[in-house]
Amino acid sequence: MTDDIRSSLRRRSLMQGMAGASAAALLPSLLPGAARAQAPATAAVNTTGLAVTDSTVTVGILHSITGTMAISETGSVEAEKLAISQINAAGGVLGRQIRSIQEDGASDWPNFAEKAKKLLVNDKCAAVFGCWTSASRKAVLPVFEQYNGMLYYPTFYEGLEQSKNVIYTGQEATQQILAGLDWVNKTRGSKTFYLLGSDYIWPRTSNKIARKHIEGHLAGCKVVGEDYFPLGHTQFNSVINKIKLSKPDVIYAIIVGGSNVAFYKQLKAAGVDLSKQTLLTISVTEDEIGGIGGDNIAGAFACMKYFQSLDNPNNKAFVAGFEKMYGDKSVIGDVTQAAYLGPWLWKLTAEKAGSFDVDKIAAASPGVEFKGAPEGYVRIHENHHLWSKTRVGKALANGQYELVYETAELVQPDPFPKGYQ
Amino acid sequence: MLMGYSFGDLGSIMAMQGFAGLILFSVFVLMALGLAVIFGQMGVINMAHGEFMILGAYVTFLTSRLFTTYLPGAFGAYFFVAVVLAFCAAGLAGMAVEWLLIRHLYRRPLDTLLATWGLSLILQQVYRSVFGAREVGVDQPEWMMGAANLSESIQIPINGLIVMALTTLIAVAVYLLIFRFGWGKQIRAVMQNRAMAGAVGIDTARVDRLTFGLGCGIAGVAGSAFTMIGSTSPTAGQLYIVDAFLVVVFGGTGSLIGTIASAFTISQARSTLEFFLSGSMAQVVVLLTVVGILMLRPQGLFVLKVRR
Repeated sequence: MTDDIRSSLRRRSLMQGMAGASAAALLPSLLPGAARAQAPATAAVNTTGLAVTDSTVTVGILHSITGTMAISETGSVEAEKLAISQINAAGGVLGRQIRSIQEDGASDWPNFAEKAKKLLVNDKCAAVFGCWTSASRKAVLPVFEQYNGMLYYPTFYEGLEQSKNVIYTGQEATQQILAGLDWVNKTRGSKTFYLLGSDYIWPRTSNKIARKHIEGHLAGCKVVGEDYFPLGHTQFNSVINKIKLSKPDVIYAIIVGGSNVAFYKQLKAAGVDLSKQTLLTISVTEDEIGGIGGDNIAGAFACMKYFQSLDNPNNKAFVAGFEKMYGDKSVIGDVTQAAYLGPWLWKLTAEKAGSFDVDKIAAASPGVEFKGAPEGYVRIHENHHLWSKTRVGKALANGQYELVYETAELVQPDPFPKGYQ
Repeated sequence: MLMGYSFGDLGSIMAMQGFAGLILFSVFVLMALGLAVIFGQMGVINMAHGEFMILGAYVTFLTSRLFTTYLPGAFGAYFFVAVVLAFCAAGLAGMAVEWLLIRHLYRRPLDTLLATWGLSLILQQVYRSVFGAREVGVDQPEWMMGAANLSESIQIPINGLIVMALTTLIAVAVYLLIFRFGWGKQIRAVMQNRAMAGAVGIDTARVDRLTFGLGCGIAGVAGSAFTMIGSTSPTAGQLYIVDAFLVVVFGGTGSLIGTIASAFTISQARSTLEFFLSGSMAQVVVLLTVVGILMLRPQGLFVLKVRR
């Protein structure tokens, strides 16, 4: 199984030579000139018994490729493999080619913990790129802390967590929420908000932050309703009537999974015209639009840090590389891009630290910059989250977002926001 | 929350809310009917019911693709072709499953539960391998997606009306088939006393196969209809299965009238409660009430008088 993956990766990395080289040409600072010329001795870069040889270093990929979460996590696996093949084509990390072992979390949280242990204890992976839901991250966190592994976690999430053993490449809640609310209040003059969500920790925590911000920081604004639905709920007609009755300026929706499709289809069928009714979501990426149908969500606004349509050279090279590897119709959402950052950030950190040792990687992480990120420049904060911009996009009928706003500066990650808990 | 709204507003909301309840009722009937036929008439607990629905949804998806490619002019009417194809595909698949799997387990009802659950996992993975793990977007003709404006402030979802029409059609057809035709008499005879039915010359194996096929076919129609209101993904069937079982068990197994009455009760309760409470709380209250009623009346709302 791993041999298959390895050989197919090699094949892919050959195919990827062009794309990798062009990406590297855009980022001269990334060329590991010194490392390529003479790889440092294995004993020097690996003092803790990780799976590092003179020519390879082993990492793990841990996502669900079966079960209900496969729908979301497939894109992350693809992005991580793309990043690894590009890094290998550009000379690897500290002179070593990356070899990846992929395990299937199978949408089952205890299984995630078991597979994480296998990757750390049996395979001695120098880093693991993986997890998607908060539940899976919470399940593997004790494993990573006990066996001192390094996890690069890609999903935007509710915050309220920080670990030496995790780098969070997605946004924590305040990075995704505050700037979007400010924008909708300022540019569209919105005063009243209806908060919706699926009933679990991420939407609830996010809506709590949104409510505090609306009521405490936006003058004259108020929340006129707040509603939660069980995961997988498919009938939204009643709440749509409730929304019609309270006539909010903004519907703030954090509905996930299959419920999303039902919600937007029923919203349209109920005659709510998203070109007149402002709807702001933080849970619908280009990935989800595929299932919802572009026509059904066109006109809605999403607050993310990345859209496939971003117009910058890094992103063009990234999208081209992705399409070359996975086909022209590839859809790239916010989390997929964040997953792509993982291997690159790890590579840059390892080169900064001059070592694969997890303690040194953890210590060297703050301050690591990645100028080649598709979303634009990012930097790792002391709290192991990323400084990144918040962006608002408008959904188009073709399934893409059109960028309508981005923060001028990088937004500081604040996983434990004061006054919002 | 009734403060500060005009009577006009409240009136139109109540009208729309009434329709929301009726649409939910139709959705419940449609998803539970196939299960009720199989569970009620054959005593088989079909855990793969949701996956047969998704089969219908994928057939609809493929039909929409076919029409976009080869018959773009007739796209507006593709849905009706898709419903028929979904019925046939799910029905045939059901008959194949009955022949391969279920008929060996009639004397062991709990084993059918495990076997069909395994089947549902297998089908999910098959869908995932064939169609990919991501949701597929099923394009609908524009006329099916909008709202009908009854007055300036009353809008009724057209796709809800289509579901209601489809449900009525299927329910009437099933009623006629089971209670008015000879074949239905055979089904009921087999259900009530398999050995005696066989003794008087009814081909019980054939009746079983056709009944199972009918139940799965109705599931396929439901899946096809739900592409208008929900998602189409390998695991989407799981979203419906709990509600479907709830309706069938609450209604009393073996009674199609019970299924319809129970769908009506549950849908009205949920749709009303969701308006006044949060969605999750409404679910909790409905489930608690159902549990309470089933404790008092374990056989469900309606029960057929059968000599056991």
